[in-house]
This record gives sequence, structure tokens and C-alpha cells, in this order.
Amino acid sequence: MDLTYSEDQTLLSESIARFIQDDYDFETRRRIAASEHGLDPATWAQFSDLGWLGIPFSEAEGGLGADPVAVMILMEQFGRGLVVEPYVPCVLLGGRLIAAAGNAVQRDHYLGDLIAGRVQLAFAHGEPGGRYALAHVATRAEACSGGFTLSGQKAVVHNAAAADFLVVSARSSGEPGACEGISLFVVPRSATGLSIRSYGTVDGLRAGEVALDGVELGEEALLGETGEAFPVIEAVTDAAVAAVCSEAVGIMDRMREMTLDYLKNRQQFGRPLGSFQVLQHRAVDMLIACEEARSLALMATLNLGGSAAERRRAVSAVKAHVGNAGRKLGQEAVQLHGGMGVTDELALGHYFKRLTMIDTFFGDAAHHLDRFARNP
Amino acid sequence: MNIELNSADRAFRDEVRAFLAGSLPPDIQRRVEHGLELRRDDYASWHRILYDKGWVAPSWPVAHGGTGWTPMQRYLFDEEAAAASAPRIMPFGVNMVGPVIFTFGDAAQKAHYLPRILSGEDWWCQGYSEPGAGSDLANLRTRAVRDGDVYVVNGQKTWTTSAQWADHIFCLVRTDPSAARPQQGISFLLIDMRSPGISVQPIITIDGSHEVNDVFFEDVRVPVENLVGEENRGWTYAKFLLSFERAGIADVGRSKKQVANLKRIAAAEQSNGRPLSEDDRFQEKIAALEIDLLALEFTELRALSRHSAGEEPGTEANILKIRGTEIQQRITELTLEAVGTYANPYVPEALRDGWNEEPIGPEYAAVAAPRYFNWRKASIYGGSNEIQKGIVAKLVLEL
Repeated sequence: MDLTYSEDQTLLSESIARFIQDDYDFETRRRIAASEHGLDPATWAQFSDLGWLGIPFSEAEGGLGADPVAVMILMEQFGRGLVVEPYVPCVLLGGRLIAAAGNAVQRDHYLGDLIAGRVQLAFAHGEPGGRYALAHVATRAEACSGGFTLSGQKAVVHNAAAADFLVVSARSSGEPGACEGISLFVVPRSATGLSIRSYGTVDGLRAGEVALDGVELGEEALLGETGEAFPVIEAVTDAAVAAVCSEAVGIMDRMREMTLDYLKNRQQFGRPLGSFQVLQHRAVDMLIACEEARSLALMATLNLGGSAAERRRAVSAVKAHVGNAGRKLGQEAVQLHGGMGVTDELALGHYFKRLTMIDTFFGDAAHHLDRFARNP
Repeated sequence: MNIELNSADRAFRDEVRAFLAGSLPPDIQRRVEHGLELRRDDYASWHRILYDKGWVAPSWPVAHGGTGWTPMQRYLFDEEAAAASAPRIMPFGVNMVGPVIFTFGDAAQKAHYLPRILSGEDWWCQGYSEPGAGSDLANLRTRAVRDGDVYVVNGQKTWTTSAQWADHIFCLVRTDPSAARPQQGISFLLIDMRSPGISVQPIITIDGSHEVNDVFFEDVRVPVENLVGEENRGWTYAKFLLSFERAGIADVGRSKKQVANLKRIAAAEQSNGRPLSEDDRFQEKIAALEIDLLALEFTELRALSRHSAGEEPGTEANILKIRGTEIQQRITELTLEAVGTYANPYVPEALRDGWNEEPIGPEYAAVAAPRYFNWRKASIYGGSNEIQKGIVAKLVLEL
């Protein structure tokens, strides 16, 4: 057992940190977040040049080896930099689903372009009323001559409007909630019958409500076997949840640092806030929360390759922890900044908003606590 | 980075497991398993068995009789020992005064005391806290005044665990009351518990047990050769010792074992016509506890990995102490909750092995409340958790 970074992993972490420091300061982030699609094409091209778009893919898929620890390192730094680029919906969801469920032709067709930064993807899965039940898919996929017809509604699809293709889950048989009967399709955004109502999110990202109204697709749009997509969806979303938890670790740690700086510099009653014991202990509690989140994110990442049961339990452990501890830490960071903590001017509040919304990503703390309990 | 044990560590774990299976006396194991009282003989026998195997002092250098284990092997040993329901080794000799003696003691002290600590011939207790010096340990007032070849010691120590069993006590005493800072006038003395002028009075804790004591010193004459290191440098040695005391204090293995026990109780208890373990709310409480324990486990494993890679152990021990004890207390709290009304009967005899009467309520019920009450000590001893946070705030956060 060795839970320290290898030399390569340290170098990767440092190179991403350097990128954030040199090319992605908070004003840059603010500008990109305000742009039409919430992503900067030049930055995305830089991600591709640096090889980051290929990190989660094996060499056979055209990637760099699919090391989950490398994804963890990348996402933690993205969290520290509060990066808005759609790495999760495009690469970790859309790209990974095609890699895991698609055939060789489909992988060749999409992944090369994805890794080169030429296409954007999204994953249209959650539905209104489905909350966090992963098998709640009511969108129908009817077989018709030469292909399929999709009809339904998808909720809060990140990166939907910028995506060239959406990976869409739809039910070929059974009722919403059944794991059997779910299929995956690649749908061009330009497909007739597909419409997107796009919006900004409270944490500075882009998402959309996706309506599928009799969208006709050929056979080649189907990823994998009809009705058998659920295990792939669960494995890919689990890996994405672990990655987003690492993003949360970076956010929490950065918020903790900002708060610590504030406690040391802000003078009240003629002395630094940090000289008050009641605040010192709260700063220590924040440190402990960060260390525990980092430990669990690592544990989950290293269990992604284990059995499905081990993976579920590990991923739900970290997601539940990050949901609860992240909420507490976020609130504390704002509180200890006093009035400055609630201003739009300070970066802190933007970290707080992203951390808060991470709890809703494929299941909140309560959902994952329940899932953990049910997977002994 | 990888999560798997390497083949050497797997082989080591198997060796430890086989040793425990073959060498841990079943009656001692049963008492630990059921949370029953352990006698001095239980600790002494297990100490002796580990000593004969050469495994009693993993934290010592090989030259003094240590095992030469890596940090990971020490962790694995603790985990396996807890899983097998082995008693803990009393820490006062092996993990506290032993390291102080082999680090700061003179040749005669090393030659005399270390073999007797290893073999279990000598039992030690710790004379640190005083009625007026708890968290503020440096405020201690027990005086040692040089008189020719002896120090004359007067004062009182308290919360002294197993003083009723000990042959020796290592004491922080004040040798220079006029020093500029309270930390500067303290010395580290080794005192024979049979010395005239020492008396021990039991302190009974809220669970009804006798673990700790008051120790009184009245004109106790201690030979000057029992001073460790230099006079008035005792605070340095005391802090060194505390860093040993906190190592392993997270006690992940024992907590895992206790969580398994809690789950068994929850499966046996009925709630609204079905097992408590199937109650959603109780399930979630256990789940949250298990996640906290996983976080603790991996925080410790990360620290071990850094340590193995050559990094000096930092203040992670303080964090492990805080979280480890909070989790231990949470386990006792949920176990008490799981047991329900049969936590009420207080039958001291039921806490002793060999009590032959019919238990009142389920067999596991009798220890639940005493354990809960007893375990409140964990966030207080070894430097209260508030003191730990103060240390982290100062040394890590530089506040």
C-alpha cells in the first residue's frame, strides 16, 4: 500500500496548479463564466494540448492510460481554481459513456475528436420528478424501422447547449425505476425534435432542459445493447461522482486557506481575529473536514476498479461526507469572513456556491448515506 | 499510488493472524470480546506471551528489543490484535517511559529498567496530572528538593491509571520553583511505588470501575540516580513522551471491531416488530459512523504512507486523537441507544467473567451503559480534545 503521489502524479498536480496560477485567475474565471456557453475555446484547446482531455481514457481509446488517480489530481486542482469548463459533463460523463458502452466504430468516431478538443458532449439523463434515482428513466425509445424514436424530458443537463452530441438515456422497456430496459443513444444536438432551453446555473455553469419530441435515430446511435445500459451508467456516474468529490476537496481546501488568511489579517478589538480561541477551534474543525474529505476521495478513487459493491459503498461514503462536511465548511467560511463573505466581489462566495451545488450532483448526502447503508 | 498490501505485508498479516489464533488465551479473548473486566493477570499474561514472541515493543529500536517493523506492519499488528480481541498492552512502560529512558536515560537506567519493562517484570504508571494541573500541565506543584543523594518529593498526582498495580511511577516534579517559565523548572523522576511515604487512593469513575487513582507523596526519598536526563529539562522529555502516547490513539482496529459488535446488537434488537438494524433512521446513524471511521482509517493510512516515504510525523496525531476519540464515543453512544431499556439494570457482577447467574435482559446489555459512561474519558485524557485543537491551531495553522 502506498498512498503518496508518484513522481509523475506530483508533476501532473504541479502543472495543473501552475496553469491555474498563470492562466486562470479569478477574473478570467468570472469572464468565462459570463460567456455564452460558459467555456473558453482557447482554454479548452489548451486542455487538449496539455493532454488533460485524454486522462480518463485508456491508450486503446486514444487516451493517456485511464488512471483514476490522475483524474482525482486534475479535479482537485480544478476545484482549487474553480474551473468552469465542462470537463465533467463532456469528458467524464459523455466521453466515458461512449468509451464504456460504445463499439469500436463509435469509440473511434467520437473519442478522437473529443480528446483533440473538437467536439463537446453532454449526458442527458436526469428527469423532472426523478430526483436522484438513477434508474428513473421515463423517456421512451421506441424501435422503428431502421432505428429508434426518442420522446421525453431531461432535466438540468450540464453543457447541453454547447454539446455537439448528447448521450441520452431512454427506456426501451419496463417502467421508470427499473434497472432493466434502459438504453443509451448518441443524439446530435441538431437532431429534429430535440430542443434545449439553456440557462446559467447558480454556480456559474451552463445547463439546459432538454425536450425530445419524436427524435428519430438510426441504429448506429445506440450505444451497447438495447435495454442493458444501467450497469454502465452506474459505473460511469460513480467515477464522475468520485471526481466531483475531488473537485470539492480542492474547493474546500481553498476556502479553508482563504478563511485562514482572513483570520490572520482581519483586525478587530485591536488584534487579529485568529487570536480568539473560539475561532481557532473552528479553523481546526475546517482543517479536519478537509483532511477527512481528501482521505475519503482517495479511498473512493482507489476503489473505482473494485467490485461493483465496493465501488458503490466507497463512492457513496465520500459523496455523503462531502455533502455534509462541505455544507458545514462552506457556511463556516462565509460566517468567518463576516459581511465580506456574502459579497459577489469576493471569490469565496463563488466557491461556496459551487460547493453547495456539488451536493446535488448525482445524489445528495442523504441519498448517498442511504445507498451506503444499503450496500454493506 | 495503490491500495493493495504488498506481498511482504500480506505475509506479515497472515503471520500475525496465525500467531493470534494460536497464542491468545481463550478466556482472555472472551473477556475482551464481551467487554468484561480485565484483571492484572490478564494484561500480564498477554504481555508475557508477546514478550516471548519478541513482539511486545514494536515502537522500540531493534537494539533495545524492538521488532524492526515498518509503520505499516505496526498498523497491521494493531488491527489484527483488535480484530482478534486481544487486550491492549499497558502503555505506561512500553510506550511511555521506555522510549524516554532509551532516548534520554543514562547507561545504568537503560540496563536496569528496559529489560524489566520488556519482560513485564516491572509495571509502571504515569505521574503527570495533578489536582491543579490538568490541561495546564506545566502548572504542576509536586516538589522535589535535593537533599544530598536523594530528592525529597512532596505532593499529589491524580488520574493515575493502574497505580494500584504498578511497581514504579514516572513523575514530573518541580525542581526549580523560581524558573522564569513554569515549563523550565520541571524534572523527570523514576520512583519506586514501594517507597515509604507513597499512598494510593482509588478514584471510582461514573461507570463504577476502578481504573484511576490519587497518588500522594509525603517526604518520599528518591535516589538522585533516578533522575532522567538533566534536572529542569523534564518538560522536553514529557512532550516527547506525549508524542508517543498519541501514536496509535486513533485505534481504528478496535473501533471497527466495536462497530461490528454494534451491528450485531442492532440485528438482535427489535423495533416496531422488525430488527432495529432495518430501521431507516438507525441504519443511517450507523452508516454515518462507518463513513467517519473510514475517513479516520484513510487519514491514518495516508499519514503512514507519508511516514514510510520518509516524512517526519507531523501533527496528524492530534487530529487522529480528536477524531478517533469522538468516533469511539459515538460507538458507545449508539450501542447504548441500540440496547434500549435493558441498559438500565446495573449489576456489577455481570461485568465480571464467571458470573453464573441468568443475565437481566440480553447478554450484551449489561456492559452498554458502563462502557458509554467510562468512555467519556477518551476526549479528556492524553491532552483533552480542546488542547489538541489548540496545538493544531498553533503549530499547523500558525494562529
